[in-house]
Amino acid sequence: MADADYQALEFPYRPHPDARAAMPARHPVVVVGAGPVGLTAAIDLAGRGLPVVLLDDDCRLSTGSRAICFAKRTLEIWDRLGLGQRMADKGVSWNVGRIFFQDGEVWRFDLLPEPGHRRPAFINLQQYYCEGYLLEHAARRPGIDLRWKHKVVGARALADGVELTVETPDGTHALHADWVLACDGSRSPMRRILGREAHGRVFRDRFLIADIRMHADFPPERWFWFDPPFHPGQSVLLHRQPDDIWRVDFQMGWDADPVEAVKPENVLPLLRALLGPRAEFQLEWVSLYTFACERMDCFRHGRVLFAGDAAHRVSPFGARGANSGVQDAENLAWKLEAVISGAAPEALLDTYCLEREYAADENILNSSRATDFITPKSEVSRLFRNTVLKLARDHPFARALVNSGRLSVPSAYRTSPLNTPDADRFEGPMAPGTVALDAPVLRNGRPDWWLAQLPGDFMLAVFCDDPRDADRGALEDLARDDVPVRTILVRGAESPPGAHEDGIAQVVDAEGWLARRYDGRPGTCYLIRPDQHVAARWRRFEPRRVRAARDCALARGDAHDFPASGARA
Amino acid sequence: MSRLRIDLNLAAPDDFYEALIDAHRGLTPEQSQAMNAALVLLLANHVGDMQVLREALERARAAV
Repeated sequence: MADADYQALEFPYRPHPDARAAMPARHPVVVVGAGPVGLTAAIDLAGRGLPVVLLDDDCRLSTGSRAICFAKRTLEIWDRLGLGQRMADKGVSWNVGRIFFQDGEVWRFDLLPEPGHRRPAFINLQQYYCEGYLLEHAARRPGIDLRWKHKVVGARALADGVELTVETPDGTHALHADWVLACDGSRSPMRRILGREAHGRVFRDRFLIADIRMHADFPPERWFWFDPPFHPGQSVLLHRQPDDIWRVDFQMGWDADPVEAVKPENVLPLLRALLGPRAEFQLEWVSLYTFACERMDCFRHGRVLFAGDAAHRVSPFGARGANSGVQDAENLAWKLEAVISGAAPEALLDTYCLEREYAADENILNSSRATDFITPKSEVSRLFRNTVLKLARDHPFARALVNSGRLSVPSAYRTSPLNTPDADRFEGPMAPGTVALDAPVLRNGRPDWWLAQLPGDFMLAVFCDDPRDADRGALEDLARDDVPVRTILVRGAESPPGAHEDGIAQVVDAEGWLARRYDGRPGTCYLIRPDQHVAARWRRFEPRRVRAARDCALARGDAHDFPASGARA
Repeated sequence: MSRLRIDLNLAAPDDFYEALIDAHRGLTPEQSQAMNAALVLLLANHVGDMQVLREALERARAAV
């Protein structure tokens, strides 16, 4: 599909019959905010068979590139939703970052040092493309009712839902929702309406983003300068985006004048100093920003669930904003569907809070540390920072201390109550709570990817020598449960010929990546959640244990006594 | 559990002290501060043990 000029698109306001209903119309799920998080949530929910009303107070997509770094995990989530390839095709892939201090390079890092993954560590893609692709994907599938220029101005708890007051160009009307997802951004009106403020640190520094259009043959890498000769005493970050657009991020200091700093006559000399007097470029977009690291105490407020920037904010160093928001959406979607369908108790939604508040704390910690390194708060902090950078050139240990942003990786929910703790011995990284690692496999003799075999249900991965030995009866029974657990057999390259797929899916781990990454050997089973996190694993298949682990991952039964969310780790 | 050694661990204490002072000779106070920062980082990495380092940080802070 050709790309539209997404920044120029305006979506028409259409009066909805709900506005004239005698009694407020009732919907199972209303999502507030059609940004990357709200759209991802809506697509995931609709794919799970839930009709979604998506309200947005505006009628446009993102202006300016804004969030540009989308992480491997985000692409994997979008792969599951069927639009990862389009994002990856358009985006600029990168794995390598370089760090410069004053006039020299101090080191380079590779975020994906090992092959055997479908997606790179990151792609750079303007937020308007991301939103445009999500929107087109949402429009093509049934079940998503997107209403532009519908602004939520009031919310009131009902016995079993929420009453929203919605303002449109035609006036206000009420809507009833069983559940509301507030994905309405860092200034979240929903948060204000409900009187739930976020708490954290505001950083006293200002950064200037300049997007420029330029033909240049720099490699697609992340370049970060500390105290460069062309912008002394401050930091600068350079990123390549699609369409010959480059993102330059200048640290400006707290004293920068928000009005003056963004004027072209003040931005152009900064760019000239970086790019040289003869570089040819055009300025596309400029923005000055400050930032905070903060989160709400609890992401759930009755039947309103907060996700993305509405629930938590981080500094941009580390690309942990939009990426963590998309992971919120995916954590929430399957749980909400399970609760609405009656497969799981409401307590499952409290584990959304536990898991994603934990992730938010991890993101805030990493992002605050990076900010303290980039923006030292005292003379001695600056001295240690500069000393680390000087040592980094020749001392490997110091490179680990250099912090220009610890780039987004998915949180491992190692202490989640949804995990079944290991009873058997395992090596390697795939402990319960971690997100399943990708690997190349063969499916029906053709190259494919492991994560593509985990499409959003509970899956049981069973490693075996010979698929004919699998306990088919018991595995097929599991797939007929009220919440099905579907099996995928993983066999090695040497397994006998003639072991063809027959009802139970199977892949060939031809190069042994899965066996290595999952410490898999014949008999090993992994129960994987709908969001591709590991729920449990064993060395031997036992249907009773698989069912118990699935029920645990659905917060079923009264064995669950969750600690209150909101407690900071 | 490792602890910070506060009994004597240097074979030749006077030699070390002289080397430390000599190493700073001719530096401005700012340069000396920069050198001390580098020294702290190099030694901290050599020690490695976070518990020992925390105890050293506490004792150093208490000494101010």
